[in-house]
Amino acid sequence: MTPRQQIFALVASVALLVFIVEMVRRRRLREEYSWLWIAVGVTVFVLSVWFGLLQWLTHLIGAVVPVSTLFVFGILFLIVVNVYFSIKISTLTTQVKNLAQRLAIIDHYVEGLRRGEGEEALPKENTDE
Amino acid sequence: MKELLIVIPAYNEEANVAQVIEAARALLPQADVLVVNDGSHDRTAQVAARAGAKVVSLPYNMGYGAALQTGYKYARENGYQVLAQIDADGQHDPAYISEMLALIARGEADVVIGSRFLVDSGYRAPLTRRIGMLLFGTIASWAMGQRVSDPTSGYQALNRRAFCYCANDVYPSDFADADVLIMLHRAGLRIREVAVKMRPSANKRSRYLNMYSFLTPAYYVFKMSLAVFVSLLRKRGGVEGGEEG
Repeated sequence: MTPRQQIFALVASVALLVFIVEMVRRRRLREEYSWLWIAVGVTVFVLSVWFGLLQWLTHLIGAVVPVSTLFVFGILFLIVVNVYFSIKISTLTTQVKNLAQRLAIIDHYVEGLRRGEGEEALPKENTDE
Repeated sequence: MKELLIVIPAYNEEANVAQVIEAARALLPQADVLVVNDGSHDRTAQVAARAGAKVVSLPYNMGYGAALQTGYKYARENGYQVLAQIDADGQHDPAYISEMLALIARGEADVVIGSRFLVDSGYRAPLTRRIGMLLFGTIASWAMGQRVSDPTSGYQALNRRAFCYCANDVYPSDFADADVLIMLHRAGLRIREVAVKMRPSANKRSRYLNMYSFLTPAYYVFKMSLAVFVSLLRKRGGVEGGEEG
């Protein structure tokens, strides 16, 4: 790795880390999502100061040049992140659906109360469950 | 103790929903009618309320399955014992509800489907839809070990055990047919069919009737195949548990 490449990788990883920490500090990014990006920043940082590790990894996965090792892991990482987000979105979709249904039903009760139906508008406590 | 709730999911059905409600109320005066207004842009909610139905309005359009499930949740919470679901476009004649409920009352079934194909009712679906129904009907019949002639029918009656099960998180929010039947079967619920005649929908804009041509059929086939496949992979779930969705 040339010093130029090394400096670029160092600057990029430090910039990423600073940006992520700053976003967390401003509460724009929640802590539970930040670890992923901090892990990326740290990995790039470690690989740029410790070239031997990258060479070892390259050898380990049978790649020819270190740069393909970086690309392989970069792409793998992006795939994993996307699957992770899809799972998160699925959870959120279910939660939003349940909330919307709940809201609609409660709205119906409120409407009944407003029309003066009193207790009649509300579900009976303790049905047969 | 409340007995019967008739659930009518409705999306932009101001033209038809009132007639459906009136027909249902005339035939089954003891029943409560609940219209789940699925984010309609027209006056469905007002029309339904004026026709004497209870109305639950979803805050945005959520899909047929999610609208139905809202009805299940409402029925669960309000202690109804049986639930019948019909479409808001006037396609389902409420006259068959009593026959469907009788099967449930005699304890012969937990879920009763109004089938268009049990006897020849003169119903002809578009070719692509017929292929889909045949395919998933065959798969569902095979998975459940009993003949299911019309798995896509939205005309159904469910007892409390069945609709409480459907009120949980595994219920899909878009299409809800063959996969749901397999899921119910594997949960130990008994499913029966009753022959019904359906009328052609009066309203061509009806999304719920035309959803198979409206949403891409390819997506439907993909979604349903996957849903059926994974529902076979899941453990056989009992009805108990997951009561609070």
